[in-house]
Amino acid sequence: MKVGINWGVHMEKIVCECGHENPYGTILCESCGKPLEEERTKSREFLTMRYEGSARRSQTYTRTEIDKIWNFFSSVKIGVTLIVLTFIASAIGTIFPQQMYIPPNADPAQFYEAQYGWPGKLYYLLGFNDLYGSWWFIILIALLGLSIIIASIDRGIPLRRALKNQSVTRHDIFMKRQRLYSTTAVESLDDRMNKAKAALRQKHYKIREQDGNIFAEKGRFSRWGAYVNHVGLIIIMIGAMLRFFPGMYIDENFWVKEGETRFIPGTDHEYYIKNHDFILKLYDKDNERFGKAIMEEAGGVLPKNYQTNVTLYQRVDNGILGSEPELEKVKKAKIQVNHPLTFGDYGVYQVDFQLNAFTKMSFTLNKKSTGKSFGEFTVNLIDPKQVYNLGNGYKVKLLSYFPDFYFNDEGEPATKLPIPNNPAFIFKMITPETPKGETSFIAIRKNIDIKGDNEYKLSFAGVETKDLSALNVHKDKTLWIIIIGGILFMVGVVQGLYWQYRRIWLKRKDGEIWLAGSTNKNWFGLKKDIEKITATAELTEPDDPLEKGKQRKEDTNDDGTTEQ
Amino acid sequence: MTMGQLSSNLLLIAFIIYVVDTIVFAISLTGKKWSKRDEETHSKRWGRLGFTLALIGFLFNAGYFITRWIAEKHVPVSNLFEFTTFFGMMMVFAFLIIYSIYKRNVLGLFTIPVAVIVIAYASVFPSELAPLIPALQSYWLYIHVTTAATGEAILAVSFGAGLIYLIRVVDQSKSSKHTFWLEFVMYSILATIAFVIISWGFRTANYEVAFEWINEKGKQATLTYEMPAIAGPYEGEMITEGAFGPLFPAPSWMNGANAPRKLNTTIWSLFGGLILYGLLRLILRRRLAAVVKPLLKDVKPNLADEISYRAVAIGLPVFALGGLVFAAIWAQQAWTRFWGWDPKEVWALITFLFYVAYLHLRLSRGWHGINSAWLCVIGFVIIMFNLVFVNLVIAGLHSYA
Ligand code: HEM
Repeated sequence: MKVGINWGVHMEKIVCECGHENPYGTILCESCGKPLEEERTKSREFLTMRYEGSARRSQTYTRTEIDKIWNFFSSVKIGVTLIVLTFIASAIGTIFPQQMYIPPNADPAQFYEAQYGWPGKLYYLLGFNDLYGSWWFIILIALLGLSIIIASIDRGIPLRRALKNQSVTRHDIFMKRQRLYSTTAVESLDDRMNKAKAALRQKHYKIREQDGNIFAEKGRFSRWGAYVNHVGLIIIMIGAMLRFFPGMYIDENFWVKEGETRFIPGTDHEYYIKNHDFILKLYDKDNERFGKAIMEEAGGVLPKNYQTNVTLYQRVDNGILGSEPELEKVKKAKIQVNHPLTFGDYGVYQVDFQLNAFTKMSFTLNKKSTGKSFGEFTVNLIDPKQVYNLGNGYKVKLLSYFPDFYFNDEGEPATKLPIPNNPAFIFKMITPETPKGETSFIAIRKNIDIKGDNEYKLSFAGVETKDLSALNVHKDKTLWIIIIGGILFMVGVVQGLYWQYRRIWLKRKDGEIWLAGSTNKNWFGLKKDIEKITATAELTEPDDPLEKGKQRKEDTNDDGTTEQ
Repeated sequence: MTMGQLSSNLLLIAFIIYVVDTIVFAISLTGKKWSKRDEETHSKRWGRLGFTLALIGFLFNAGYFITRWIAEKHVPVSNLFEFTTFFGMMMVFAFLIIYSIYKRNVLGLFTIPVAVIVIAYASVFPSELAPLIPALQSYWLYIHVTTAATGEAILAVSFGAGLIYLIRVVDQSKSSKHTFWLEFVMYSILATIAFVIISWGFRTANYEVAFEWINEKGKQATLTYEMPAIAGPYEGEMITEGAFGPLFPAPSWMNGANAPRKLNTTIWSLFGGLILYGLLRLILRRRLAAVVKPLLKDVKPNLADEISYRAVAIGLPVFALGGLVFAAIWAQQAWTRFWGWDPKEVWALITFLFYVAYLHLRLSRGWHGINSAWLCVIGFVIIMFNLVFVNLVIAGLHSYA
């Protein structure tokens, strides 16, 4: 066994009359092109040239289970079916928004039904709300990948052999049964051959000669286009898979308020960022050139720039969690949409903002009966402390904090988002008089004494607001794999579709010159080349039988049905 | 004359040249009977004239593009008017390429008028110079949009050639599903023309009707229609006094920007198309495809098949580069990830996969000729669906654009 996956138990070679040894299963001799089975020599139909009549595993072995699986995935019919299933599934995923695009606080179980009625409910029940992450979609893509790999190996390897082994002089049957074929009886064979050769050179054909016969070819590399692009696709799929391994991929949003320095999530507390200023700029609606469009299409408010001015720091102590970090400035930067801050493997992007968000709230502790104050404290709404000591035995404990408060379906306080849009608190007030503590619920314009018999209360004393900026930290170590895959894919597609593999054979035979031509696509182009050659060398121009409206008829392959 | 006006004038000139060019190509095919010259010189001469006119028209069109670029200080493909105009211009460009390879006048008769319709269609959208919101301020965006549109324009030629093939070979002596769907394609083209006529008609008459409604971003807003309201906004309230309609509200799940107005316009176009089609059938008393068929008697079906395939082979790599690769680079920059299953991204992928399936089917027997021509038609329908319908129904990230 030479090629591991390839050839099974039979290894008898088929020796052609020209002397070339062909692998078992070969249909046309790799060297001279003669059909190897006696049966096939009799037909008059065109030879199937797509894979040169080479010995494809899928056409040769069909008995064992492995053969059957191989042949299944190798079939273009199956391949096309998988492609069609993939795009139909993808289309279904766009009917309603995917879960990642619905509001973050919404419960998908209710969202789809509430928004879209019973079709929405069905959509959710079938799991289409996360279609692209569903197990069956991933399996579909995996099968597509498997099919690409098997189909390419099945054809690519024998094709390479056949193209490498092809000789200059082809068998008569091979010549006669090309789609473009003509014969011309001539006086001076050498003279005509030389003229033809010159014309072929002019058309940039690569020429090989043997016994006075000519084999001219052009664009053989394009024959590999499909295989190169398939390899690119497989590399992209591998890259996409690697994302699920730890450390390869980070994608997290975080909020920083103006003036705040915080660690960047996903960097193991190695990097910190300080938000100096968030800037929102709108287009001037009195602008001469654009004024009309701004008023008519955007109602007068059209943003021009979202920007956060930051300083990036790196932690230089060895980073024991909990200790005050020792930071060293790395750089200052302006982060804008489309212009991320990049460092190392990371990129930090501008994704959202909130103007005048609450950042701190102050309260005083008062005795209800007298109104006397026992001190003031301030709660940091981004990262609140648990205990506030007011001295003389007075203190306040923060029991629960709801940054974006609402009552959930069970009627309990809960939070929608982790941003302090609508902060609410449950405090415990401890005083020398009430050592066990009294609880109080406070939200904007709400101050509820939970038990109803408190002696003390908290009063709202002030609020600080700042602009918040939402940034996204992104790291994708698979990116370079995707880039390599993408480049190979594009190169392969262009290579296979913008060039073609054209071949012209000229053979001397009993005072005649036989001409045959073949190409894998763009017959129009090949015919123009041949026209030029036959005109120069005064040879008969071959008729294209297909031009005359005849049906395409080819000698069948063993699989008979799918693809030639 | 300001740069902006100059730009509009150049576009108008290009448009007129394309209209004239359509006539020239029609003469190159039909004039043979009454021309004294022999057929070949006749069609050669008129064909050359047609090509030259297309080239001149394209240069004016490019002039529009460049002057508008200068006026706006960004590449003019950032709203529907600009994008659609660019698409039409690139269709002419694609025609120039394919015509130089195959030199078949019939290509001109099928692609130039389609470009005329596309540019007329574009003219209906607001064409004020507009500035850019932050997400659109990226070179990659322009590279992405222009390349994708160019790819789509080349793929549109495969639709043209496929249609030529179908009209040429489908037997008109009896009705079949082929004749039915061919008429449907004819009707769709007429509906687009109807859209242009109706829009300009009501605009010239200064028709307006306004509604208060909750828009797709959940905000109270006013929506102004420029034609009578058949479909009003969902839970909208008419604020123009005494205006006609609406007969029914748009469904609530239509989430695109100004979706109810677009739906209303679509309904008008479909009706308008029906009327145009009905009138033509009454006058001509034959299927429209049967009327066109005699023009194509000299077309070799095999060559039409080959051209439609080549157009896919040339257009698909351009589309893949623009619609997938450059799109991914831009998305990586603007939205932190190169791929996010946003509906517009997905529809670009679907378009691509559809044509990939087409190429693989062409490897098999039985998928040349008529089946393959129908696939080219369907492919173009998917592209149009992308342009029109995805914008109407789906609010993805691109509508935050
Ligand atoms: C998304 C997936 C795929 C893409 C983008 C893709 C792309 C391509 C392209 C561009 C070609 C060149 C076509 C031509 O030259 O006319 C090609 C050829 C081919 N593809 Fe695919 N392909 C995909 C999946 C598959 C699958 C699943 C199979 C499985 C059977 C397959 C089998 C083939 C074969 C047999 C060829 C012809 C190779 C040759 O000419 O030697 N492809 N593919």
